[in-house]
Amino acid sequence: SLNCVDWSLLTPASREMLALAEQVKGRFQGDPSFEYNLAEINAEAAASLIQSGKEPVMKEEARLTATIELIDRAVGIVPRGAFVKTPLGTVHENRHFEGLSLVEAKKLSSYFHFTDPVNLKNKTLLEKADLDPSTDFLDSLEHDNPRGSWSIQLEKAGTVVVLRSLLWLGLTFYHVPMTKQFGYVYFGTGEKNLDLPFML
Amino acid sequence: ERGHGPYQPHEPGYGLEQPGYNPYEDEIPDPQARMLAIKNAKAYLLKTSTKSGLNLYDHFANILTKILDEQPPNAVDIIENISKDVKWAQFRKKMDTLRDEPLIPPTFEAAQKCKALFVKERGEEEHEGVEEEMGRPALPNVMEAAFYFEQAGIGLNKDESYYIFLALKNLIQVQPIQTCRFWGKILGLEMNYIIAEVQLREGEEEEETGEEREETITEGEKETGGAGEEEKKEAEPPKSTYKPPPPIPKEPNGTGTNKYVYFVCNEPGKPWVKLPPVTPAQIVCARKIKKFFTGWLDAPVVSFPPFPGKEANYLRAQIARISAGTHVSPTGFYQFGDEEEEEEEEGGGDRYEENAEFEPPPVAEMVESLATWAHHVKGILKQGRCVWINPVQKSEENDEEDDEEEEEEEGEEQQEEKGPPLLTLISEDEGMKDIPAWTTQASTNLIPEYSVAILRSNRWPGAYAFASRGKFENIYFGWGHKYSPESYTPELPPPAEVEFPSAPEITETVDPSVEEEMAFKMAQEEALAEGEEEEDEEEEDD
Repeated sequence: SLNCVDWSLLTPASREMLALAEQVKGRFQGDPSFEYNLAEINAEAAASLIQSGKEPVMKEEARLTATIELIDRAVGIVPRGAFVKTPLGTVHENRHFEGLSLVEAKKLSSYFHFTDPVNLKNKTLLEKADLDPSTDFLDSLEHDNPRGSWSIQLEKAGTVVVLRSLLWLGLTFYHVPMTKQFGYVYFGTGEKNLDLPFML
Repeated sequence: ERGHGPYQPHEPGYGLEQPGYNPYEDEIPDPQARMLAIKNAKAYLLKTSTKSGLNLYDHFANILTKILDEQPPNAVDIIENISKDVKWAQFRKKMDTLRDEPLIPPTFEAAQKCKALFVKERGEEEHEGVEEEMGRPALPNVMEAAFYFEQAGIGLNKDESYYIFLALKNLIQVQPIQTCRFWGKILGLEMNYIIAEVQLREGEEEEETGEEREETITEGEKETGGAGEEEKKEAEPPKSTYKPPPPIPKEPNGTGTNKYVYFVCNEPGKPWVKLPPVTPAQIVCARKIKKFFTGWLDAPVVSFPPFPGKEANYLRAQIARISAGTHVSPTGFYQFGDEEEEEEEEGGGDRYEENAEFEPPPVAEMVESLATWAHHVKGILKQGRCVWINPVQKSEENDEEDDEEEEEEEGEEQQEEKGPPLLTLISEDEGMKDIPAWTTQASTNLIPEYSVAILRSNRWPGAYAFASRGKFENIYFGWGHKYSPESYTPELPPPAEVEFPSAPEITETVDPSVEEEMAFKMAQEEALAEGEEEEDEEEEDD
């Protein structure tokens, strides 16, 4: 939506869209039908598109969808215990989740990425023994590369814990300890911060 | 027909017909034994566990008591949780002679700090008198600015704005301040910075401490020998002929980049810290690096090229850059002062004053064209200052003992740099690639009478300005970095210095081996002997 009044549904992103969107750099224009000229960005993709009969452009709409998907996958986080996995494999919201304690909330390891885990299998057996399979089935934030790409702060006299991602500048995750409230929002330019290793 | 006839005692099935007998429990046929069995079972239940000191009997009793007291629904489903809770409750002593120190929750501590903000000082009456003389209140109306920014969707929440308001009030009471403004907030990794832009009252500025900045002399590689020194002299190591470029002096307080003094604090309620004035070298270096702020002012800034200073200096340099790049006001609000005041050396008027006859253009116009906005802070030149200065002049004054050696005059003549004059319209700001430098927006299309013109900077994401009928304000919320469409590349290290040219007199030769020495000696002796023989012969001849 452009004015918070009229909303339009975005189609889910396809893999080609994601790959292309990572290549496109620069700010968004604000016009969903704006077309990026792919020839400048990636000659291969442009060539393949030309062969398949389409124009070598990428619409901003697609870029937007892909960017949203990328952000969700990369930095969409939830606190530990908020979601549980049943033995059947399905994941549910945990109705008994009472929130993290103040001590736990300050630790990076109590937050998980809300996507398919990548690193879980690489953990040593010792670590795996400590995990509780119903709640610890996602990747923790501790092992994010580069280290320190999250900033944890306590706001408002320590009642709210705020995590900010440094990889996607503008992603903010909040949680009120000992309550069920948490969530994340993104306000920003929609560009990945590729300079992160230099900035730490 | 009847059954199989009366069973004999030896047959299985004997006694089935008799009431009260159960063939499967033939171990306890009589009540005495049953009581014994009950006692055994109870003793087993009462057996204490070696690990936790509890026993099953008491535990069951507690669980049942708890269930009967609380009567939870679906007790059978949550029985395990109840059991766990009961065990957990064991650790809480109900009556303890020692009382735990009441845990002070961090919220309480923070609230105590903020309480100081809310206390009205006794000395306020005096200050009120002083303010009337000044004519303009020093304290900015943070809440008003916050209100306007809120219409654009920018800003902090009301609580925090109010705390900042009170903290600024405290700052004014403590320091001799002429004008004050809430500059913005810069986010950091561990803590954030709240920044106030301040102009101190004339005459009351702190004198610079006598420490001059030490010149960072980077020695080049040690070159062997000066002009004509032999190696055999055991003199001190030869002085390098490398002269660092003279440091560019910083601008004096009150002008250029150091026009305003900045105070920072991590949170409202914490004491304000004054940031040191910025030097051109710091600005030049800050342009080359891109680092996050941690939140600690004395943290070192590890980077290449090495930043001369700590995080406080880096912060000040970024603030200076952001101010120079994004502080704007409606065109015409400020105008140049009388021309007589302008000094030619200053390179264009540095002083501006409010235009009393300023008529604010309507909001729609402010949104449409960027020509209605103008910078009111001088841009920073490449040198790192607002006013260009010729460093070569300075170096002549600093003649030292280096007169003996040849002074390598720097061949490059430093060209005078000219920056855009003050009060340029922002429509002349160049964008990057195809992104304009500024984006304008009206806060609302639905109510044009009360809408506010919002300006967003694209070069420094996070810098905003608003204007509404004569009121305007700039603010910054962000990480403190400039936007660049290309990725950041760190500066390459400088090329290695040239080595001293190797000439035959300093190249090492292999020492002659013993045989060669002996042969040489023999040859010498032979020559001597021949000489003597010749002399002898000559003598004989005589």
